[in-house]
Amino acid sequence: MKREDGRKPDEMRPLVIKAGVLKEANGSALVKLGKTTAIAAVYGPRETHPRHLTRPDKALLRCYYNMAPFSTNDRVRPGRSRRSTEIAKVTREALEPALFLEEFPKASIEVFIEILQADAGTRTAGINAASVALADAGIPMRDLVTSIAAGRIDKTPILDLAGKEEEETECDLPIAYMPREKKITLMQMDGDIAQKNLREVIDTAIKVCEQIYEKQKEALKERWVGEGK
Amino acid sequence: MEEKDAGEKKAPAKEEKPQAKGLLKKEREFVVPGDKIVDSMEFLPGKNCFRDGNSIYAKKIGIVSVNGRVVSAIALNSVYDPKTDDMVIGEVTEIRDNGWVVDIKSPYHALLPLSQVGEYVDPARGDMARIYNIGDMLYCRVSQVTTAKRIDVSMLDRRTRKFHGGRILEVNPAKVPRIIGKLGSMINMIKDKTGCITIAGQNGLIWLMGEKPVQDLAIKAIRTIEKESHKDGLTNRIGEMLDKAGGAGKPAAKAEPAKTEPAKAPEKEEKK
Repeated sequence: MKREDGRKPDEMRPLVIKAGVLKEANGSALVKLGKTTAIAAVYGPRETHPRHLTRPDKALLRCYYNMAPFSTNDRVRPGRSRRSTEIAKVTREALEPALFLEEFPKASIEVFIEILQADAGTRTAGINAASVALADAGIPMRDLVTSIAAGRIDKTPILDLAGKEEEETECDLPIAYMPREKKITLMQMDGDIAQKNLREVIDTAIKVCEQIYEKQKEALKERWVGEGK
Repeated sequence: MEEKDAGEKKAPAKEEKPQAKGLLKKEREFVVPGDKIVDSMEFLPGKNCFRDGNSIYAKKIGIVSVNGRVVSAIALNSVYDPKTDDMVIGEVTEIRDNGWVVDIKSPYHALLPLSQVGEYVDPARGDMARIYNIGDMLYCRVSQVTTAKRIDVSMLDRRTRKFHGGRILEVNPAKVPRIIGKLGSMINMIKDKTGCITIAGQNGLIWLMGEKPVQDLAIKAIRTIEKESHKDGLTNRIGEMLDKAGGAGKPAAKAEPAKTEPAKAPEKEEKK
């Protein structure tokens, strides 16, 4: 089957990951997945404000997801929206299982995800960036979190939907996956799919997560012990 | 801090014993969170590592260090996590009835209780600001860290002081052991070769006192260490670098900080 941009069904768009792109943040990362560009900044662990949100037993993880006004063809209205609040929530829940939050009781860790250019798969790009940024910040983690979306067109599982594919697919299924623990930390679905076909779509996504994992590791290595340093 | 550095310097020759079985990473190899370092029960997880099943994994980005049967990762980036008896540099941010609140660049602020200043202070008479005022920079000892992360600092130590003048430099706290060096070798060399009076807190704040060119040279040296901390033979290279720039480095004669500049809070250097 032929795809719009000539990719194979189980091929993701070109992925570029760069760690440590922001000077002021404790940790940061830039992820480009095809045209989609996400940047993540991590601050903390630091004191929790406002105080009443403090949790006595572990750190508070706070995620923010924002699309730049210029990130799409139509201008995105600045500020929080229903959509950004939801994505921030699922991002937090995708990242939380990978962190040793209990090591910093009462403190908070903040993750800011900014979408500079949006062309499908912004939440997955955001999670990939956030995971690298958290590691870059030196926050204790069980594993890195990788993320990618998959779908199904003409009875074929399709990886990393882009452009028109989002309209043609039976379902759009973004997942986040911890490659070492082999655990899924995020799974959402738009559209509809038969139960017997679901497994196939998930497996397609998980398979490529290993590749993303390697890219994330490379990016961190380049940043901390690379030749340019 | 010394033992951390000691681990880093240990020659790889050490783990050629038969017990090295199950060790998947080499000494000084780079690891990211979740990397498997050991695949056997022969080893124990040390700093920045955790055990899951039979294996030991890294918790943070770092460099592998094997010390006997203990494997640990030397973190490359981290925030300051206070430990009892650390010497830190902090800024007074608030005056309370029971003491001073000190910002020590950690996730938690510290309290300097009235009982820990070595002289009688009567908060009712409002003379606390006379001792330490908001904005003052202190070199103090972490006297207590509770599990609830209440942190107390103390000025009842010979090494503690309040800074007058000078400059504060902010560095990555994970690199402080390298900047200090084994038994202070690195920082003493910087002091000797630049003539800049230097005090490093474990929390990544460094106080510098000296003339401008001398300070700048010391800052350049510290930044270089911060950047290249994972490389070998750093002490020698920094030594050479300072010798080359020797023109600016005058012998450590300018040792009258309080007199040359009137008492004022040190200006802060932006984090780079």
